[in-house]
This record gives sequence, C-alpha cells and structure tokens, in this order.
Amino acid sequence: MTIFIFKAVLIFIIFLISLGIAAYSTYAERKVAAFLQDRIGPDRAGPFGLLQPLADGVKMFLKEEIIPTVSDKWLFILGPCLFMVTALMTSAVIPWGMPLEIGGKIYKLQVADLNIGILYILGVVSLGVYGIMIGGWSSNNKFALLGAIRASSQMISYELAMGMSVIAIILISNGSLSLTAIVESQKGLNWNVFYQPVAFLIFIICAFAECNRTPFDLPESESELIGGYHTEYSSMKLGLYLFAEYINMFISSAVISCLFFGGYNFPGLDYLNTVLPVNLVSLISIGILFVKIFFFIFFFMWIRWTIPRFRYDQLMRLGWQILMPLSIINVLVTGAVLTFFNK
Amino acid sequence: MTWIERLYLPAIFQGLSITIKHLFKKKVSLRYPEVKRAFAAVYRGMHVLKRDEQGRENCTACGLCAVACPAEAITMVAAERKKGEENLYREEKYAAIYEINMLRCIFCGLCEEACPKDAIYLTDRLVPSEYSRGKFVFGKDMLVEAVDQRIDISKRKKVYEI
Repeated sequence: MTIFIFKAVLIFIIFLISLGIAAYSTYAERKVAAFLQDRIGPDRAGPFGLLQPLADGVKMFLKEEIIPTVSDKWLFILGPCLFMVTALMTSAVIPWGMPLEIGGKIYKLQVADLNIGILYILGVVSLGVYGIMIGGWSSNNKFALLGAIRASSQMISYELAMGMSVIAIILISNGSLSLTAIVESQKGLNWNVFYQPVAFLIFIICAFAECNRTPFDLPESESELIGGYHTEYSSMKLGLYLFAEYINMFISSAVISCLFFGGYNFPGLDYLNTVLPVNLVSLISIGILFVKIFFFIFFFMWIRWTIPRFRYDQLMRLGWQILMPLSIINVLVTGAVLTFFNK
Repeated sequence: MTWIERLYLPAIFQGLSITIKHLFKKKVSLRYPEVKRAFAAVYRGMHVLKRDEQGRENCTACGLCAVACPAEAITMVAAERKKGEENLYREEKYAAIYEINMLRCIFCGLCEEACPKDAIYLTDRLVPSEYSRGKFVFGKDMLVEAVDQRIDISKRKKVYEI
C-alpha cells in the first residue's frame, strides 16, 4: 500500500516540477535571448523579473477565449489537451535519482520502471503529433493546417533517425530498453556520449526537430505561417500549447541526460555511497541530473538564438538523406565492433 | 565547399561561440524610468520662448521664425504693447498668440537660427504625449518660460558661438 502512496506523491511532485520548470523556461528563454543579444530582458515583475511567468500565466487566463465558428469545436478543444497530456506522460519512465530509503524500505525514484522505457518515450512522443494535427486541422484555417502538416511530417521523419540512434545506445548498454538499466550501465564517467558521439549528434538534432525548436521550428514559423498550427488559438488553450512545448523541451533534456550523459551518475558516486547516508546521496544524484537537464535546456535556447531556421526542403533532406543513413551506418558499425572486437 | 564545410558543424560551433561571448558582454539596455540616457549637448527637443533678465518676453513677433520654418509649424499674431506693460514685453511689439504645432515640427532648429532677438530656443526637454491632435498645438502657456523657473539654454547657445 505504501508503494502506491509513494508513487502518487512522486507523480504529483514530478507534475509540479514539470509545470514549474516549463513556466520558468519561458522566463529563462526571454532572459537568455536578451543576454545573448546584449539586452537585459524582463526585470520588472519581482526581483530580476522572477515573477514574470506568474504575470504571463495570469494574462493567459484573463484573455478572451475565442473558438472559431467554422472550427470543429470538440476537436479544437481536444487538440491542446492531447498535446499537454502526451507532454506530461513522457516523464513517467525517467529515473530521477538513486533510490530513496523511507522507513527501511527502498523506493525507486521513477514512476514506472518499464522494461521498454525508451520505446515508451518514443511512442508517447509520436502521439504528440496528434495534438498538433487535430488542433491545426480542426481550426479550419489554411495557415493552421499548413503548420500542422509541416509539424506532423517533420516529427514522423525525424522519429526514424531518432529511433535508429537509440538502437546504437541499446546495443552498447547490454541490450536493455529500460532507462534504469541504460543509466546504470553508465557508472562514473562511463557516459555513452564518449562511445557514441555520432548517435548523440543525431539524437540531439532529432530532439530539436521533435520539440519544434529552432532551427526546425517550421510548424510555427512566424514569418510565413502567422503562428502555425496554433494560429486560431487564444487564451489558455494557446497557453497549453506553448507550455507543452516547454515541457517537451524539459523531458527531452532529461532523456538526453539519461541516454548519453549518465543520468544521475557522476564520478565519485560510488565513493559517496559508502560514506554518506542513502537519502543524502539520492538527493545529490537528483541534483546532478537536474544540473545536466538545465544545461540542455540552456543549450536548446542557446541554439535557438544562434542558428536561423531551415528551409522546408532542407529540413526533409537532412532528415531522410543524411541523418537516416548516418544512423543506420552507426548501428551497423556499433554492431560490428561489438561482435568482432568486444568478445 | 569542402566536405568539412558541407558538414556545417564547424560553422555551427563558431556561431555558438560567438553568441556565448555575448552572454558576458556589457548590456546596452538602460532601465529607463530609473536610469535615463544623457542627452547630447546639441539635442533639439521642445522649444522655449525666453525672457530677459528682468523677466520680459524677448519675442517681438517679427515672424522670421515662421518664415524660416520648413514645416510651417509656427503661427503668430502680433500686438502692440500698451502703457503699463513694459515689465511684460521688452519691445513695443509682442506676440499675442504664438503657436507651434508639435506634430508638424521637425525639430530642425532653423527657428532659433532665424531669431534676431534670442527669443526661441530648442531645449533638451521632450514633447509630452497626448491623446488628441489638437493638444499638440502648443500656445504661449506651454512655450514661454516661467519667470521663477528659467530654462537653461546655455548648451544650445554654445552651438552658435563655435
């Protein structure tokens, strides 16, 4: 019974953290953008503008809610809900840290230790396309539809290369699909990024495309498509779309950290395990994971304010003609090396 | 292009290094209401109609400023000084109405150049914002400096001394 209470509390905390980080990502995005452009950024609401996400949220709630008369009302409402739900669902299989010990019992800091963890993430992420597609299509607006078509074809194209790059990771982490096992196989500084730099490169490029971030933010390219798939959305439904994108960014940063940068592992973790109490080590490992996640969120923003947007044919060419063959070659080479040299 | 250039990765890393350098650069923004950017000494802002040391209006309504104005923003009506008004106006003629349309004005400063009586100057004050166009036609109530609140135009005067 206590396991249910623990999981419920864990889910609630992860839910809150996801929303909190998404909210502060909007603030961080504006601050990073400003700093990279020699500006100051929002600094009026609270000290250093720290209450800015609150002000933005209140603004979103108070805006007039418009549902176009020509739209399909139920699908129009369903779109952002679905996108938000899929964004939040992905966090279920991420191992957030070393196990906690409460009352003599060991609890894993993971909502569900699925043995197909990484497959689950890829599956749920591809469900996110439906949120965008339903929203864009039901708006009955050509710009929204174009944005939605762009988004879905882009996400489907890049999922392939993403999946292939993950196969190489699975190969070197003893063939397990469980995220816990993948993280556990990267003890110390034994991180996958050092063994699989090509897979890392492919994965992070695909992660940018999956999150609809620059340089692949064609689904909502403001200069061409007004707002892309969320052109017709207003008030908190627009807020949900924007929010869910930041949650996606947070989750993909977490996945990148787990797959390639050892998740909560850091050099000296085993030593700390012998001298410090279990729960303290657990908290330190959570902190380490979040440092990695924050770095990748910053990296997402850093890229956004550096590289201009791709043209759509370039995007498709990169996905199908470069990343896809490259990831297949990577899998083949990894497999060959493991078969002939490692035994 | 060589194959390294076709990879685009070196170019991307170069771009990233440029943007990260800007993260630590001095910010150019000013926190406006608290910190104000200093005006240049020759800044041409809202006009002032000057008084002399005894508080009498310098303007004699000769109309040279209105003629010089390329935007035709200045209009005036002249009047004769009555007995007992010597403490108000320096010479026998004065401007009963003096209006500048701040929406027409291009702040070129030709009026102050044309003025033979040192009466009109551009200052470093900004024209305040208003809700209707009519309010931008500034009369003497807005333009003439108060006797007890003189407006410093020494910086502008220096421009002409050089």
